[in-house]
Amino acid sequence: MRDLVSLRRDLALRAAAEGLLDVGYDEVDSPYGRLLVCATHQGVVRVAFATEDHTAILDDLATRVSPRVMAAPGRVESARRELGEYFDGTRQTFEVEVDWRLSRGFRRDALAAVARVPYGRTATYAEVAEAAGNVRAVRAAGSACATNPVPIVVPCHRVLRTGGGLGGYLGGLDVKRALLDLELRAT
Amino acid sequence: MRLKPFERVITEHGDVVLRVLRGVVGPLDADDCWQETFIAALRAYPTLRPDSNVRGWLVTIAHHKAIDLIRGRARHGVASLVDVAQVADAVSPPQQRHVADVADEVAGVVDGAILWAAVGALPEKQRLAVAYRYGADLSYADVATLLACTEAAARRSAFEGIRTLRTSPDMTVDVLNDAGGRS
Repeated sequence: MRDLVSLRRDLALRAAAEGLLDVGYDEVDSPYGRLLVCATHQGVVRVAFATEDHTAILDDLATRVSPRVMAAPGRVESARRELGEYFDGTRQTFEVEVDWRLSRGFRRDALAAVARVPYGRTATYAEVAEAAGNVRAVRAAGSACATNPVPIVVPCHRVLRTGGGLGGYLGGLDVKRALLDLELRAT
Repeated sequence: MRLKPFERVITEHGDVVLRVLRGVVGPLDADDCWQETFIAALRAYPTLRPDSNVRGWLVTIAHHKAIDLIRGRARHGVASLVDVAQVADAVSPPQQRHVADVADEVAGVVDGAILWAAVGALPEKQRLAVAYRYGADLSYADVATLLACTEAAARRSAFEGIRTLRTSPDMTVDVLNDAGGRS
């Protein structure tokens, strides 16, 4: 006879093994509070800061991706390790796969451009707009960054205003500044 | 209305389903049955109507898993539904109890080992009726659906089960004695 905690742990493992774990999630410690990391079969689909409403985010994933959402530390294990190394300053690029399905159209193109901005460097919203194929869509590039479902892994913190202003950040400007400082120190 | 994350379904109903299964198939097999129930539920979950009675749905799946197990045991000649040795330690001395007390106890602590032994020793229909009515708190209408009988018959089975439980400690002790001297 076993307790519910161990039964639930085994259930998550079995769900993954049988291909039923459409979204697995876990919380991951970071210097900026506990991140919520969610991954599908394809890759990391959502990273949320401690300041966001994790319950609402899981509800949203249940609607937009699949209701088969379960706590599953194993599913986010490689993301957890890479994020840890990133915060330690020993990792410059993420190798975990990203599942882009929550972003569509121009926003997706803009985030793909953001993903190409190298570690320790910055780009402007205008440059992101141009790289995504529409020089005039500067505001749209800004909103793509503001609604980035996979922050840190897709480094929207490296995108600044023309002229060097910090712009915005879902995790808060303190976190944006801290991430930029971390990358400058480590390079 | 939308389906919530399956994790929340487990959080809200996982313990009730486990309690019911412990009553229906006994504490040892309840673990496997619980896993089978939730894997089957997870598989079907995206097609569930969002306004469904989720607990009733889960108990229905658990019911089918339990029945499969019980039929399987019958085929393999396993007579007892309860692992006698495991229950032996926890059975309290025989005592007279009132129907209402027993019902409260089933509702609150089907986990309690007395009740695993006693509920497990009930005839199948009574056992299921007691577990679903008092363990899972299903309505008699839902119990009747699960047992494929009328509501009145479900009510009668639960009542008879509870009445038997009131006097069951003697029977339980006999079962334990038969099992090899643990008392």
